[in-house]
Amino acid sequence: MRTLVEHGADVVEIGIPYTDPVMDGTTVQRAVEQALEAGTRVRDAFRLVRAVADAGAVPLVMTYWNPVLAYGVDAFARDLAEAGGAGLITPDLIPDEAAEWIEASDRHGLDRVFLVAPSSTPERLQLTARASRGFVYAASTMGVTGERATVGDRAEELVARTRERGAELVCVGLGVSTGDQAAEVGRFADGVIVGSAFVRPLLGDGPWSERLAALGAVVDDLAAGVRRARQGASA
Amino acid sequence: MPELSHVPGEPLHNPLLATQPGPYFGVFGGRYVPEALIAALDELDAEYRKAVEDPEFVDELKRLLRDYVGRPSPLTEAPRFAAQAGGQGSGVRVFLKREDLNHTGSHKINNVLGQALLVKRMGKTRVIAETGAGQHGVATATAAALMDLECTIYMGEEDTQRQALNVARMELLGAKVVPVTLGTRTLKDAINEALRDWVTNVETTHYLLGTVTGPHPFPEMVREFHKVIGEEAREQILERTGALPDVVAACVGGGSNAMGIFNAFLDDPSVQLYGFEAGGEGIESGRHAARFSGGHPGVLHGARTYVLQDEDGQTRPSHSVSAGLDYPSVGPAHAWLHDLGRATYEPVTDDEAMDAFALLCRTEGIIPAIESAHALAGALRVGRAAAERGESPTILVNLSGRGDKDVATAARWFGLLGGDTDDVNEGDQ
Repeated sequence: MRTLVEHGADVVEIGIPYTDPVMDGTTVQRAVEQALEAGTRVRDAFRLVRAVADAGAVPLVMTYWNPVLAYGVDAFARDLAEAGGAGLITPDLIPDEAAEWIEASDRHGLDRVFLVAPSSTPERLQLTARASRGFVYAASTMGVTGERATVGDRAEELVARTRERGAELVCVGLGVSTGDQAAEVGRFADGVIVGSAFVRPLLGDGPWSERLAALGAVVDDLAAGVRRARQGASA
Repeated sequence: MPELSHVPGEPLHNPLLATQPGPYFGVFGGRYVPEALIAALDELDAEYRKAVEDPEFVDELKRLLRDYVGRPSPLTEAPRFAAQAGGQGSGVRVFLKREDLNHTGSHKINNVLGQALLVKRMGKTRVIAETGAGQHGVATATAAALMDLECTIYMGEEDTQRQALNVARMELLGAKVVPVTLGTRTLKDAINEALRDWVTNVETTHYLLGTVTGPHPFPEMVREFHKVIGEEAREQILERTGALPDVVAACVGGGSNAMGIFNAFLDDPSVQLYGFEAGGEGIESGRHAARFSGGHPGVLHGARTYVLQDEDGQTRPSHSVSAGLDYPSVGPAHAWLHDLGRATYEPVTDDEAMDAFALLCRTEGIIPAIESAHALAGALRVGRAAAERGESPTILVNLSGRGDKDVATAARWFGLLGGDTDDVNEGDQ
């Protein structure tokens, strides 16, 4: 967590491992399998949330819905807020099914990050923009998480369409893995979300110091890309 | 004799349960899926609703079910099997709804043809599906061949080994079979992988889900495509016995064959509905797929329903001798009927199912699918309990599939292969 923050991540997404991650590609699936085999519990996420907050970045939790249901929606929101968490990204919860979460997040002052996709209709973009708090997560392409050579050109269009439908902040994720991609996405989006590219260096067999150094290099590259985009935007 | 709850041929008085629309069945159902799939689900829902009102679609599906599938499937009385349920002269009668005689060997084809016709209407060119025992995969590969659709079937690696013959069948029919090596390598993980494919290729691809679970409109739509089972059986048994059955029994994995036969009787309060889940090695062993005995409400694969899970909401692995029932979740309408008390769900162990499997082979000359053998075992249990009370019920069993695919498993179980008796249960001597 400290490596991510020291090397330039502004917001850190903490994923809760879940047995059936249907929105995730092979990199995250492998990481999840290792985490579950190692006995990781849902409540461990709150300790990491605290660590990120202490390191000076904003902690957001990404989770599939069933672990939250099993924990209890209100109890989860309460414990997340107490640990210093900013909110939740919910890849398999759409606003239509989120009444309980909307109520709990309002009560505990948490952000609600719902997703939009290139296939989302204008009506759904509006519904999602209205239900979200914090930012809207725009999936760059149709697909699951994982590194890709190019970030589809549909991402820029989706960000514009989502803003048109009332979203203030739109961040882009899925497939971003290099500084150049981050610079490209950073030009039109309010934030760049990276997952698999950070997980991959950590999956190796080498000593932790080497894996963390590799992670640091990836973060440096991506953070530099985002800075280039921001300077370009303000110039 | 039980009384008729209404005059045969007349519409049901109160068809509230049988026509319950999605997305919600009580507190169950819904759409717990990524936003990326919502547009496709909406399109499917709209097309489905248009199609069932369109005489051309209705006629085409009827024609296929008659000329291609061989519907109506027969209703066979099983007197020698029934004698084991209540004892000779007990008056217990057992009727089998012969979905095993359908083209491709199970009830699965009913739903597959309905959805495949929708795929053509939507202009999509590719179908994907999950399969456990291989029955749904074979049915999907069959419809894809018939309707000239590209077809990919996801199947857990463990199941491709248990059901090697069905893998060959699907490949003969032109489908690509992808063994899934993630997670528990069974039906659950095949569905995960199919969902990932769908999220990626949804613009050209339809996910031909094989059971009454998943996100809306699947639970409602798949029920509608299978309700013909119960409608035929209702008419056939009335004609044969002059009365409704006292008990309807079916096996429940995801629950499509059970929903198909239950639906026509949901609003007849005199008919007891029994769903039999895979009890595996017994509930106390923890190795089973009994969601109602060992699970809790939660979310899996797009629906809120009963799920085998630990206290963190992680899905627990299921176990059954039958690949088709080896699934940690169940259709949301079954969860609803369970909580309403309209249907009773009980586990049947591997041992009980295999005993009933052997019994039907020897008494009636019918080799059932091991899935369906769970319903047969349940019918024996219900019949014996009734006979002990001095009752003589008529029991309608949905024989959802034939056992050709299970001959290798059964041969190992009963030690017929000489030497290779690893899987023979020691307690079944």
